Amino acid sequence: MSARTQVWLWFAQRASAALLGFFVLVHLATMIYAVRSGLSAGEILARTRGNTPWMLFYVLFVVSVAVHVPIGLRNILAETFAWRGRGLEVTVLAIGVFFLLFGLRAVWGVYAPGGAP
Amino acid sequence: MDQSTPPAGSGTIRVSVWRSTGPGGVASGEGRFEAFDVPRQPSQTVLDVVTHIQRHLDPTLTYRFACRVGVCGSCAMVVNGEARWTCRTHVDKVSQDGTLEIAPLRNLPVIRDLATDMSTFFDKWARAKGQFSGSLTRKDDFAVVSPLSAERQQVDLGIECIGCGVCYSSCDVVEWKPDYLGPAAMNRAWTLVNDTRDEARRERLAAVAGDAGCHACHTHMTCTERCPKHLPLTSAIAGLKRVTTRALLKGEL
Amino acid sequence: MSAKAWRNRNHPAWWAFIVHRVSGLLLAAFIPLHFWALGQALSGEAALDGFIDWTANPAVKVAEFGLVIALAAHLAGGLRLLMLEFLPWRDWQKSLFAVSVAASIGAGLLFALNIG
Repeated sequence: MSARTQVWLWFAQRASAALLGFFVLVHLATMIYAVRSGLSAGEILARTRGNTPWMLFYVLFVVSVAVHVPIGLRNILAETFAWRGRGLEVTVLAIGVFFLLFGLRAVWGVYAPGGAP
Repeated sequence: MDQSTPPAGSGTIRVSVWRSTGPGGVASGEGRFEAFDVPRQPSQTVLDVVTHIQRHLDPTLTYRFACRVGVCGSCAMVVNGEARWTCRTHVDKVSQDGTLEIAPLRNLPVIRDLATDMSTFFDKWARAKGQFSGSLTRKDDFAVVSPLSAERQQVDLGIECIGCGVCYSSCDVVEWKPDYLGPAAMNRAWTLVNDTRDEARRERLAAVAGDAGCHACHTHMTCTERCPKHLPLTSAIAGLKRVTTRALLKGEL
Repeated sequence: MSAKAWRNRNHPAWWAFIVHRVSGLLLAAFIPLHFWALGQALSGEAALDGFIDWTANPAVKVAEFGLVIALAAHLAGGLRLLMLEFLPWRDWQKSLFAVSVAASIGAGLLFALNIG
């Protein structure tokens, strides 16, 4: 991987971090508010089903996570196991794709009007 | 000063000194610590202690020093776990429970005992394009650099490096990634990036970018904690991160 | 590694790094589980409720408290890093680690108080 690409990864890590800073603040606040009277599926889904602004919020949240997590794990894997090269890049890319698809599936789960599509 | 260290001028201090059997240093176990009892002296430095051992207790002990006054940067060692310039480190300040443990710098191959081979350390300065590259000749007039300009003030912050290797020895990222340039080389690069007379900015930014350069720094700040000259090394690396990223976004990297 | 070698790392910025790394790893491990749990809604409200009932387990509540702390700590530590990397250095930035710790514990306590 070229040094240029490595700088892009570093930049993507910081840019996604800045976005996540906002998303996580909102997420923490929602969470602390939501658990006040105990969690229930009905209460969560009443807030999210068919709610497009929340859906867009969570889609962007998931995309940022799918960028941020693999780059962080790449650093940890490289530093801890002295692992580098193609195997590392492919593994990390796969982790990113997994987070993206699995996360979007979860967003669809709580958004899709009437449950299962 | 801790209570159990004898005051200067009375008693002795127990000193454990690394005696190498191979180049690997303390972490590799290629060697062992040997204990010596050294008389306390007023204003005694760690280098004085090592010198006493070599002159009076065991002439085979190998170590490196030159100026003894904190200018040349050749006497750095790991004292009680922390890399230090031994000529300017007083025993009073660093002894624990009346003992000292003296080891060679980490992250560099040991030549013998307390002397490390610093070639890699200085080769990385060259790799980070640590040489000034100007275009004026002696026929040109002097370049005028205002001491008040922002660039010159950044240079001032980093220019006093003595090349002792304390930061390099203390850095976790150097330990994890042996090709990582390390704080001193990048501090040097940062002073040149801010040198308005220098012509090699583009090549230098390319040399310090990426996983072997500034972008691998995790802001542990151990280099900045340990630097005997109190240079803001992590800040210099952060400066390189910003400038290289800006160059990337402008398509100049 | 000799015990003394750890003295090299015993300073606030290094501890901030450890908190950031451990909390990051914890979150990376937890997030797929979180996505899986929310995905239960694809099988209908009852399936999601079944999972939420399981989380009433006191051990899970303690783990949730830990995760909220980890999330808040990673957020606060991340903001600290962004400031150190992108802003010119000032002396007050030395206090950022303390501020991060306080903010994380604050968020954790707020969550713990509300959960009960």
